Amino acid sequence: MSNENKEWPLWEVFIRSKAGLDHKHAGSLHAADAQMAIENARDVYTRRMEGISIWVVESNHIHASNPEEAAAFFDPAQDKIYRHPTFYNLPDELKHM
Amino acid sequence: MTQVSFEASFQKKIDEEIMIEPQDYMPDEYRKTLIRQISQHAHSEIVGMLPEANWITRAPSLRRKAVLLAKVQDEGGHGLYLYSAAETLGITRDQMLHQLHTGAAKYSSIFNYPTITWADMGAIGWLVDGAAIMNQVPLCRTSYGPYARAMVRVCKEESFHQRQGYEIMLSLAKGTPVQKQMAQDALNRWWAPALMMFGPLDAVSPNTAKSMEWRIKRFTNDELRQRFIDVTVEQIRILGLELPDANIKWNEERGHYDSSELNWDEFWNVVKGNGPCNKERLATRVKAWEDGAWVREAASAYAEKRKTKKAA
Ligand SMILES: [Fe+2]
Ligand SMILES: [Fe+2]
Repeated sequence: MSNENKEWPLWEVFIRSKAGLDHKHAGSLHAADAQMAIENARDVYTRRMEGISIWVVESNHIHASNPEEAAAFFDPAQDKIYRHPTFYNLPDELKHM
Repeated sequence: MTQVSFEASFQKKIDEEIMIEPQDYMPDEYRKTLIRQISQHAHSEIVGMLPEANWITRAPSLRRKAVLLAKVQDEGGHGLYLYSAAETLGITRDQMLHQLHTGAAKYSSIFNYPTITWADMGAIGWLVDGAAIMNQVPLCRTSYGPYARAMVRVCKEESFHQRQGYEIMLSLAKGTPVQKQMAQDALNRWWAPALMMFGPLDAVSPNTAKSMEWRIKRFTNDELRQRFIDVTVEQIRILGLELPDANIKWNEERGHYDSSELNWDEFWNVVKGNGPCNKERLATRVKAWEDGAWVREAASAYAEKRKTKKAA
């Protein structure tokens, strides 16, 4: 009854909600192959016209940054406020820039 | 970091409303509590398809049939979002299904009551989905990211469920005397079980304090139950039906409606498996799983064949 270890692989689903926007992570599901994953994703994640395009990728192909090292990993960007436009002092009479 | 400092920084994140994600440190007890709660929730969505599926072929019009079919399909989707959320905590889909099929895992007791008339489709959408929404809206801000995101999706889809149910009740309540009686009877039967969906009284709910501290829960069972009573009384009046409990009375001092104490013996009895439909519901799920075995195997074999063909 339990059918252990014969589970279909897990897939991550990414959906483009309308033309011009990025594909965004929507969730995951199980499917035997990519074709089935795309069809299941349509039924599970786009029942109300939430998408016009679907990407699926097997979850075990995703590599992620390590959350425990996040502070050190993202540290290089922390002290570079000159990368933002608001860092620069320009005269008030400069209207268009 | 030591174990103690891990736990302190975990609780600090919770207190600062920073969501916990799958790869983050979390105490074992937090993980266990979430696996239990999310998988129970998923099972409830899936088993919850059964009482309503019972009426799809007998819906009184094509419109009602299309709506009921869409609702039951949504519930299937809700189960799938939630199973995926639980899987991020390290339990597999098959393990969860095994727990359901062997009776090791619970699902909401409400689905162990029978749906004997068409009016039950109205009462379920209105009261059962209504109570579920009351429970689920705060869960959109629960501390575990995948669970919160699944709940946002679920809540967006739930509001039509409640409205279609109320519309069914409205048609019956404004219909012939027999139809009105049917609506009243459904309200009377579903009222107490719907209130029990919020779980046991706070005084005897041992997990509540910890769940509140971890921001898994944001309101207690009794708070949500009271809130549900307060909004539903008004909805009953608009239907023109009688209140299902003679002790429902506005309490000026509390600013809430008073109502009868619920029959908690019945509650625990259904939880233990002795409700009117426990055996039938479980048997239906197990049969669906077993009957689907050849489909799962065939799909795996087909995928394997295509993979080797591509490689060749
Ligand atoms: Fe649902
Ligand atoms: Fe629902």
